[in-house]
Amino acid sequence: MTWTANPLRDKRDKRLPRIAGPSSLVIFGVTGDLARTKLMPAVYDLANRGLLPPAFSLVGFARRDWEHQDFGKQVRDSVREHARTPFSEATWRQLSAGFRFVSGDFSDDDAFDRLSQTVRELDEQQGTGGNHAFYLSIPPSSFDVVCKQLARSGLAEPEREDQWRRVVIEKPFGHDLDSARELNNVVERIFPADSIFRIDHYLGKETVQNIMALRFANQLFEPIWNAHYVDHVQITMAEDIGIGSRAGYYDGIGAARDVIQNHLLQLLALVAMEEPVSFDAADLRAEKEKILSAVRLPPDLDTYTARGQYSAGWAGGTYVPGYLDEDGIPSDSTTETYAAIRLDIDTRRWAGVPFYLRTGKRLGRRVTEVAVVFKRAPHLPFESTSTEVLGQNALVIRVQPDEGVTMRFGSKVPGTAMEVRDVTMDFGYGYSFTEESPEAYERLVLDVLLGDPPLFPRHEEVELSWKILDPIEEHWAAKGSPEPYPSGSWGPASADDMLARDGRSWRIP
Amino acid sequence: MIIDLPSTTAGSVGKRLVDLREKHGAVTLGRVLTLVLIADEDDAEDAIASANHASHEHPCRILAVIRGTSRGATRLDAQIRVGGDAGASEVIVLRTFGPLTAHPVSVVMPLLLPDAPLVAWWPAEAPDAPAEDPVGALAQRRITDAACCKRPIAALQDRVASYRPGDTDLAWTRLTLWRALLAAALDQPPYEDVTAARVVGGTDNPSADLLAGWLALTLDCPVTRTKASGVDGMLSVRLDRASGPIVLERQDEPVAVLSMPGRTDRQVALPRRSAGECLAEELRRLEPDDVYGDVLTTGLEIQRETGKVTRTKARR
Repeated sequence: MTWTANPLRDKRDKRLPRIAGPSSLVIFGVTGDLARTKLMPAVYDLANRGLLPPAFSLVGFARRDWEHQDFGKQVRDSVREHARTPFSEATWRQLSAGFRFVSGDFSDDDAFDRLSQTVRELDEQQGTGGNHAFYLSIPPSSFDVVCKQLARSGLAEPEREDQWRRVVIEKPFGHDLDSARELNNVVERIFPADSIFRIDHYLGKETVQNIMALRFANQLFEPIWNAHYVDHVQITMAEDIGIGSRAGYYDGIGAARDVIQNHLLQLLALVAMEEPVSFDAADLRAEKEKILSAVRLPPDLDTYTARGQYSAGWAGGTYVPGYLDEDGIPSDSTTETYAAIRLDIDTRRWAGVPFYLRTGKRLGRRVTEVAVVFKRAPHLPFESTSTEVLGQNALVIRVQPDEGVTMRFGSKVPGTAMEVRDVTMDFGYGYSFTEESPEAYERLVLDVLLGDPPLFPRHEEVELSWKILDPIEEHWAAKGSPEPYPSGSWGPASADDMLARDGRSWRIP
Repeated sequence: MIIDLPSTTAGSVGKRLVDLREKHGAVTLGRVLTLVLIADEDDAEDAIASANHASHEHPCRILAVIRGTSRGATRLDAQIRVGGDAGASEVIVLRTFGPLTAHPVSVVMPLLLPDAPLVAWWPAEAPDAPAEDPVGALAQRRITDAACCKRPIAALQDRVASYRPGDTDLAWTRLTLWRALLAAALDQPPYEDVTAARVVGGTDNPSADLLAGWLALTLDCPVTRTKASGVDGMLSVRLDRASGPIVLERQDEPVAVLSMPGRTDRQVALPRRSAGECLAEELRRLEPDDVYGDVLTTGLEIQRETGKVTRTKARR
């Protein structure tokens, strides 16, 4: 009998989790923030949930002069502090047997030869089977040298056909179209396109995946999900914090490149796309690319974009400095910390429905949401006085915090007179689920090890989003300083004017 | 918040719940299912704690029906627990006394969440035919636990005889990690057929029986079920293939050792999961578990016909 499929796997047997095969995860930049607060805890949580193979290994690469056990200690500390699931000595013992550390500089041939040696030893001792994922948690400027080193030391290519090598990169994927292409060339010269996993951690979030469930698993919403019923869509990602210690990265990049290009345009794609024929990576990406390619910029960028820079002020009960006073920011910086744009989508479904995107730092509170705002009822059979305070119906997908869905509609106020007022109905996806629902990075790290790509944007999507953003950035570059807005507010006046011109206003999320 | 309602009726409890929601907003409608657990006083608090644990993943209304003494007059004592005392759920404890102990469905019916699935759970002894029990008949899913019954193997036999789609047993749930590791082991090359298998576990361990049945059903080879005295859970599984055996053995809980030919032995965390964790896994799915059904109704029989049962003393 020839082996066709694993007899122990049965489609109906949904209990059986997919456990990654033997493999290792090699993290470059292992001393960085992301590695400490997200990646290592995610690896531990996966192990604790039994989703990592017994033959799994975690390799750290950094400049520190560390031994394997120093690395182990660092992982242990970060797991203790940041992991979601409780600490279990048994899981830890098993996991830490596969820890290795290689010390060296990216330009150091010797270090990469040692890494290659280490990885080969792991194949033998730990049984990682020649499958290795390289996680580049490092500045994009170092991608080139690291990729070349991986190729030079023979790490980039599997030795046998049934083995794999994958590379994981994090945003930012460039700072404009040209640099994104260049970055992509650097990586694609060494790794084939389907071995490159671009992480946009937003796509690993349960609520973001729930957008697809909400839209495509229900009969209730899809019929009204179009220009006949939808008035406009607001996509917001607001942070209450300033730039903190990210001055070096943030200045010159700004809010639009940092957030709109990736997170907000991905959210827009998921909300606006047509139904994919299946949830396979190729079909899903095809729909996302279609909708991104149909996005049209407003003709007049002055009236339909807004940018701002936070100034000193009282935010959440504390007095905070303005952007220009932050450490490491030049006092004449023109980097925007708030960006809002209007986009239109040239499809039958969305013709005439503006999508307003906004993001900023030091805003009123930390919130990410997608609000689909509906048109008013064409005729109200009530006295005009009864519906004076009735707003527009809205469906709000709250991505974070407090994940869930809110619906807003009119309801009669108790009493004899007919008076209709807005009420909200709330589904708290987050209220009770979050405690047990996995972190975005858990899902993404596991998907990398399984080689499951639907949640990772392809280079084409990255290019399309830069094509949307580049003209806006160029326009802004010629305009000097952004408009200041007080910390703790909801952005500059020009952003409010932008919507007021269309007879609309921003929600207070 | 805990509210005691002695000598009451289900209707008054329902009223009180609506009242609580209006006054304090404490009882929300965001529940995804009603979980009815039916137990004796001795098992009740542990079961409620497990259900609370599961409710963090599946916000639910928990109706804990506790059978008191059947002698004396009919009485219903209720207790509502919400907020910090109930995890992510709302717990309604219903203590029945007298003739009422034989009619739990009458107190459950008025308190079910509208239009939400109902799951029934018997943490220890269960009716002979759960699907024919009045509460079980209302439920989409019926969860039993053969291992917690006084006579586990006899309980498993009852499950076989009375199986209806929608039934599951926590003895099966406890196997998920074992099954996942075995399936993952066969995902790896060399892709060879398994020629024989052996499952070693405690004499009275229904999980080991089910695992042997599952392997017999799926691998199409003789499976030996070895009953080891001196162990109370699963001990080891061995899958023989041309290139050598795959062995998964748990000597010192919570760590097991996985050996495969040509590879170094690997330790894997394979802890015994609590009833709460198992229950959470059960609640993840509200459709019948067909694989469990197949194992129960045919797998166990295939194992008996094509394999054998041996006995051993566990070495420690």
